[in-house]
Amino acid sequence: MSGQDHGDDGVSRRKVLECMTWAGTGVLWTVTGGVPRSLGIIDSAQAANAVAPGMSFLQISDSHVGFDKPANPNALGTLEEAVSKINAMPTKPSFMIHTGDITHLSKAAEFDNADRIISQSKLDVHYVPGEHDFLDEDVKLYRERYGRGTRGQGWYSFDAGGVHFVGLVNVVDLKAGGLGNLGAEQLAWLEDDLRGKSKSTPIVLFAHIPLWTVYPEWGWGTEDGGRALEYVKGFGSVTVLNGHIHQVMQKVEGNVTFHTARSTAFPQPAPGTAPSPGPMKVEDAKLRSMLGVASINFKQNEQRLAIIDTPLQG
Amino acid sequence: MKTLNRRDFGVDLGLALAAAVLLPATKARADDLEIHIDNFVFQPAELKIKVGATVTWTNRDDIPHTIVSAGKFRSKTLDTDDKFSFTFTNAGDYEYFCSLHPHMTGIIKVE
Repeated sequence: MSGQDHGDDGVSRRKVLECMTWAGTGVLWTVTGGVPRSLGIIDSAQAANAVAPGMSFLQISDSHVGFDKPANPNALGTLEEAVSKINAMPTKPSFMIHTGDITHLSKAAEFDNADRIISQSKLDVHYVPGEHDFLDEDVKLYRERYGRGTRGQGWYSFDAGGVHFVGLVNVVDLKAGGLGNLGAEQLAWLEDDLRGKSKSTPIVLFAHIPLWTVYPEWGWGTEDGGRALEYVKGFGSVTVLNGHIHQVMQKVEGNVTFHTARSTAFPQPAPGTAPSPGPMKVEDAKLRSMLGVASINFKQNEQRLAIIDTPLQG
Repeated sequence: MKTLNRRDFGVDLGLALAAAVLLPATKARADDLEIHIDNFVFQPAELKIKVGATVTWTNRDDIPHTIVSAGKFRSKTLDTDDKFSFTFTNAGDYEYFCSLHPHMTGIIKVE
């Protein structure tokens, strides 16, 4: 469990933080107790439940419904497997967030199929779009389905279990040569949204592309993500959940925990380890160990939320 | 192959500057030029052409891409093996990028 749970008391845990520098990028990475290991979803869910009965929610990401290339000819099938895993959890999560790239090509049938499978979890799902969800010519299918009650291109906030959640959109109006983009309008809204919130309120920011700079050479970062992080600086507990890079990465910086979830569709290579960030073909037997979901557990009076990454298999 | 029509260009995207044409792949003319997208890279990233030449982009990745030159031309989303062609009728430098993966950039220099 210790290798899985990032929610320990910050001070004592920080003593065992391992730091390493990603060669060539100058980015400082911290790994809490090593890279999250594989663990069966039922085991991990029971363990999390044993430690704290607090609020828990799930993150799924990058389901890419419609993808049928060699890296995974049946992305809908692995999404269904993920939902089956979720349904087998002994403790029902409060809700789910989906951090974008629901579909591969924004086709109506892809959205319909995704919804048909995800709704089998019988959980409320809070979505943010990925760039693959805005590909239809009129850019309306995502917003028709998931945009109700949101602002701008689809950003919004809500409160659950004493935690303030903010869903952000950083896949619109991208600039040549740049990274993900939030834009001035959304940033102004965010600043306003957080104004007046007690600094002891745990904050969860979620968006598709990492809000932190993971690997700019592959566009893995958000141009103005630093502005958003400035607005949450004073808060005691901040968790930033992203997708897009189809692998687990975590960084802890002061009171802020950054985490990316696995895809349910196909893995992507670690930064700089392949000619491009495109879908990574692995042996069939290995695929499901590289796909998965994350569950996030919030315990009152604990600074950090515990994040448990669970592969589909392994 | 993608067919092109006026909807591929926004109303304000400078239709007067250039016209797009669709060429059957089997009948490429001598002055037609190819750019491939492989591994999230436009190859070649810089291309010098004569006025009137047509450039065809082909996406050979397993991930969709677009070709966008602000105010000049904009492809639909190109899935694997989809193509987009554009005929350059005016001289100038045309910088373009993929609106989904903006770190992908290229330039067409038309003389």
